[in-house]
Amino acid sequence: MAQRGARGRAGAELPMIRLDNVGLRYGRGKAPGTEALRELSFSVEEGGFRWLLGPSGAGKTSVLRLLHLTQRPTRGRLMVFGTDVASAPRRDLPDLRRRIGMVFQDFRLLPYLTVFDNVALPLRIGGRSEPRVRTEVTEMLRWVGLGQQMAALPAQLSGGEQQRVAIARAVVGRPSLLLADEPTGNLDEVQARRLMVLLREMNKHGVTVIVASHNTALVTRYPGQQLRLENGRLIERG
Amino acid sequence: MGDRMLPAIVAAMAFLAALALAGAAGAAALTQHWEQGAASALTVQVPNPANPLPREGDAPEETRLDRALAVLRATPGVDTVHALTGAELAALLRPWLGDAEIGPALPLPAVVRVRLFAGGTDIQALQTRLEAAVPGTLAESHGAWVQRLAVLAKSLQVCAWLVLGLVGVVSVAVITVVTRSGLTSRRESIEIIHGLGATDAYIAGRFASRATMLACLGGIAGAVASVPVLLALAGLAAPFIAGPAERGAGVAEALRVLAEPLARVPPELLLGLPALPLTTALIGFITAQMTVRRWLRRLP
Repeated sequence: MAQRGARGRAGAELPMIRLDNVGLRYGRGKAPGTEALRELSFSVEEGGFRWLLGPSGAGKTSVLRLLHLTQRPTRGRLMVFGTDVASAPRRDLPDLRRRIGMVFQDFRLLPYLTVFDNVALPLRIGGRSEPRVRTEVTEMLRWVGLGQQMAALPAQLSGGEQQRVAIARAVVGRPSLLLADEPTGNLDEVQARRLMVLLREMNKHGVTVIVASHNTALVTRYPGQQLRLENGRLIERG
Repeated sequence: MGDRMLPAIVAAMAFLAALALAGAAGAAALTQHWEQGAASALTVQVPNPANPLPREGDAPEETRLDRALAVLRATPGVDTVHALTGAELAALLRPWLGDAEIGPALPLPAVVRVRLFAGGTDIQALQTRLEAAVPGTLAESHGAWVQRLAVLAKSLQVCAWLVLGLVGVVSVAVITVVTRSGLTSRRESIEIIHGLGATDAYIAGRFASRATMLACLGGIAGAVASVPVLLALAGLAAPFIAGPAERGAGVAEALRVLAEPLARVPPELLLGLPALPLTTALIGFITAQMTVRRWLRRLP
């Protein structure tokens, strides 16, 4: 997998992700909502693996939204790939997003596109040539075991197959950072294990991986550094 | 409102635009025709035309009409001078007098039809000279009422352009509503694509290309639908704009008959009609681009 880390002026490796007292409040203007995240500070080095743990409503998805750059922090400083996300101009964010793969619990596939076209989407958005798109998507779909179902629509696939399409779409652009939000939530045990092997494999190839989950059994089986959230605050790091 | 309705609505707008364009072109043609034709004409009435005028020195005896004609012919800016014959005068009066013979019981003035060169002449000065040479002679310029007609035609032209502008504004509004509706119904897909790193230009381009295609289709349909109506209107307006066509024979006449309806359509309208689909496509493209880009600003 391609690696593009953030380096300081002296050449020292900077963390890929760094949060300093980050807060996030949904809602705008006169109708601000409750604060979803408060005084969040942590960092993740390039090639690292983190479990993002906590009960439902703890703020795991909000953290992932911040890291996916689909939400900007309302307080504090968030650095991703060396860019201050809070102050970066809008036009700079799409390039950064293309370096991030995201796997959602509900897959978030486009229902009117075939499996092939769903996976091809990040490459086409990135302006990859059509012959390269064909080669890379075909290779990726074979890798996740869906080489025979490229022309199928998402609705024609099982939950596990849809999740594999979502993973293929997340990694086809060879991201430097892979985020997964409850990726095993809709999978049976066997499929969940296969997915975790896949994520570990990606991490071994140097991809930074952050997985949000409340499945403690899974965390026990695949140990890694943990960030535990409760009520929007980081209560444990280790 | 779904975007399937867009071509039909744009077609209706393009049809109205074609009619407004026809109105503007027709009013322009009428103004030009009146200004070039009627404004350069002059009618001179000479009462008691056959009465002799007192001799001036050794000059031969001449009638009042002869003297008036001589003055007119000697005036710079005058192209042709034609005194209506008895038959022409009778034809002119037929709507009022019928076929009754005009006899000595009905003393009529001589009517002289004068055509001026472009630029014309000073009518007031001519009237003074005529009055001095042949007392009681009246020179009637068509300029005053032509000017009023021209003002009317220009007002019609302005109205037509206003209608055209209004049609443009309504088209922009309709395309904006349809695009917003599309954005709302595809919100989740747009958020997914946005999250995959699509730029505003990429997303707006997708919407704009569809809006452009649908608006262009609507524009073509509207322009095509307007052709028979415009040809019929051009046929009705022809007598006011052009004189009777000369008749030929054989193939030439057949071609003339075929081309006649098109020849009646003002050239600016013939150019404007094909431009309609291009204009609607452009409106579709720009409106969709702006609407989507504005909408996307709510996403980080």
